[in-house]
Amino acid sequence: MENRAIFSGRLLAPLLVLPQLAVSLIFFYWPAAQALWQSFLVQDAFGLSTEFVWLENYVALLKTPEYYHSIGVTFVFSTLVVAFSLAIGLLLAVMANRNIKGVQIYRTFLIIPYAVAPAVASVLFIFMFQPGLGMIARALQRAGIDWNPVLNGNHAMILVVIAAVWNQISYNFLFFLAGLQAIPKSVIEAAAIDGARPWRRFWTIVFPLLSPTTFFLIVVNITYAFFNTLGIIDTATEGGPNAATQTLVYKVFQDGKAGADLGSSAAQSVILMIIVIVLTAVQFRYVEKKVHY
Amino acid sequence: MANVALRNVRKAYPNGFEAIKGVEFEVEDGQFCVLVGPSGCGKSTLLRMVAGLETITGGDIDIGGRIVNQVEPADRDIAMVFQNYALYPHMSVYNNMAYGLRNRGMAKDAIETRVQEAARILELNALLDRKPGQLSGGQRQRVAMGRAIVRQPKVFLFDEPLSNLDAKLRIAMRVEIRKLQRRLNTTSIYVTHDQLEAMTLADVLVVMNGGRVEQIGNPLELYEKPATTFVATFIGAPPMNLMSLTDSDIRLPSGAADAGIVGVRPEDFHLSNGSLPEGGLAVELTVEAIERVGAETYIYGMRAQKTGATAISAKPGELPPGEVLVRIPGQSAPAIGARIRAVAARDKLHVFSADGRQRIAP
Repeated sequence: MENRAIFSGRLLAPLLVLPQLAVSLIFFYWPAAQALWQSFLVQDAFGLSTEFVWLENYVALLKTPEYYHSIGVTFVFSTLVVAFSLAIGLLLAVMANRNIKGVQIYRTFLIIPYAVAPAVASVLFIFMFQPGLGMIARALQRAGIDWNPVLNGNHAMILVVIAAVWNQISYNFLFFLAGLQAIPKSVIEAAAIDGARPWRRFWTIVFPLLSPTTFFLIVVNITYAFFNTLGIIDTATEGGPNAATQTLVYKVFQDGKAGADLGSSAAQSVILMIIVIVLTAVQFRYVEKKVHY
Repeated sequence: MANVALRNVRKAYPNGFEAIKGVEFEVEDGQFCVLVGPSGCGKSTLLRMVAGLETITGGDIDIGGRIVNQVEPADRDIAMVFQNYALYPHMSVYNNMAYGLRNRGMAKDAIETRVQEAARILELNALLDRKPGQLSGGQRQRVAMGRAIVRQPKVFLFDEPLSNLDAKLRIAMRVEIRKLQRRLNTTSIYVTHDQLEAMTLADVLVVMNGGRVEQIGNPLELYEKPATTFVATFIGAPPMNLMSLTDSDIRLPSGAADAGIVGVRPEDFHLSNGSLPEGGLAVELTVEAIERVGAETYIYGMRAQKTGATAISAKPGELPPGEVLVRIPGQSAPAIGARIRAVAARDKLHVFSADGRQRIAP
C-alpha cells in the first residue's frame, strides 16, 4: 500500500508546484532558450542589424584553435579542482569526525570559507601570491622558485586552482562529515574486531559506504569547476597570461561581454551546457551503478 | 578456547560518571555466561570493554591467561555479534563472513572452506551472494553469527543479539544459539535485559545493577536463592512478592534479628483455609484482579494495610505496596472482591535485611 495524500481540488496540486516551475522557467529555461536562439544569430558591430545564420556561429567556433585550447584548459582546471577539493575535504572530514577536544570549534572554522564569495577568495590569494608583495610568493622566491603568475601560465593555473579548491573545500567537508556520521558506529567496530587496521578499514568499509556522498559531490564539483569559478578567474588572472587560465565559461564571458560577439558567446554557452548535461548523464549512468546506497 | 576473567574492572568517564564500579567474575573455558540487568546497568559497557571497544579505567581483563587491557580489539581473538548485526551493507553475505579472514591474510581456499562450513551450519548456503539489504531480520542475525564463527575465536561476545527480532523468531534463535555454542564449545559472554533469555541460555548468570554485580551463579541457584531483593524481583516472572516485616500483618514465626523483608514467589503460594504449616506464612487478601492464561491463573490481591505501613519500593514492573500476586495452576479462581488466604511453606520464604541488600534466611 502506498501512502499518498489525496487532494480534492484539481487546482491545488498545480498551484503548489507553480513556484518551483516558475523559478525553473524564468531562471533556467528562458535564458537557455535565449542562448540557443542567440547562437543562431549574427549581429553587426553596432548592434543595428541582426541576421539569422543557422549554424554559422558553431562552425566558426569549431574552426578556431583558441576554442580547443580553452577546452584543454577547462579539462585540466576542473580535474585539478575536483580532485583536490574532494580529497582535502574528505581528509578534513575524516579528521574532524573523531572524538577530540573542541571538535565543534574545528568544524565551525572549517565551514567558514564557504561563506567567502569566490571573487573575494580570489583576492585573498592574489595578495598572498602577488610576486614581490605576497608572503607566500616571497617565500617561494626566497626558496629559489621564480614565482610569477602574471607572466607564467602554469603559475597562473596553480593560483586559480588553489583559490577555487580553497573555496570549495568547506562544502565538500560538510557533506563528507554528514556522510561519515551517517555510517553506523557498530559497522566500523565490527570491522575493527574483524582485524582491519584503520587504513584498511577506511578503504574497505568507510569509503564504499560514503560513495553516495562522493558521487553527489563529484557531480556538484564538476559543475562548480565549470561554471562557478568565473569570478575567481576573472579576479585573479582574467584568463591570462596568454589565455593559460581561459576556461570555457571564461571565454563565453570574454567573447560575449568584452568582445560583444553575442552569437559566438551564445554558441559556446550552448556547447558548454551540452557538455555538462552529457557529463552528468554519463555519471548517473555508469558511476551510479557502482555506488552502494 | 579460553577462559575469561574480570578482576575489579572499573570504568569511569571523564565527566566523573562511574559506569562500572568494580566487577569481578570468571567464565570457564567453554562456558556460556550471560550478563543480565535493567537498561543502564552497565552490562553492554562491560561487554564492550571485554571486546576492547571501550577503555578500561581500572582492574584487569584476562582472556586465556593474557591481560588484554591495552590490546586492540583485533588482537584479542574475540568475535562479537552486535544488536543491530552491524553487517557490511556493501558486501555480499559471503564477503561479510570472509572479511575477517582476509584481513588476517588467510589463503583463499581456506577461507572458502571455512565460509562454506559456517554457511552450512547456519543454513545460509542459498544466500551467499545476497547483500544484507535483501535479507530478513532472522537471516541477517544468522549472517552476523556466521561472521563470528568463521573466525573460530577464543571468545564469542553477544550484545543483545535477539532484541531486534519478533517474539517467535527470538525463541527459535535462542535455542539455535545455545545449540551452536554447545557444539562449538566456545567460551561466550552474552548480554541481555530479558531474564527469560538469561535463564535459558546461561551456564553462569551474572546479574548486574547500577554498575555492580548483584549475584553470580547458575540460573536455578539464583532463582532458588536470590542474594538481594533486586535479584529476587529481576529473576523469575512474574516477580517475587516482597513484604516488609514492619507491616503488622506479616509475622515471621522465627525471624532473625535484623530481618526486614520477606519474599515469596507467586508460584509458592497456595490458597488454603487450613492450619498454617510449621514456620509458614499466611496472608489475608482481597482479590482485586484475575488473569487467566490457560494453564495457570494469576490472582492480584490486596493485603489489609494497617496505617503507617512502610511500602517497599515499587519500581516499574513491580507490584504496588500492599499488593500480592498469587500464581495457581488451572483455571478456577475466586471471584473479584472475595477474601482469600494465601499460604506459603517455611522453605519457600526468602528473608532479606531491611535494605534488601542481604539475604538472611534460609
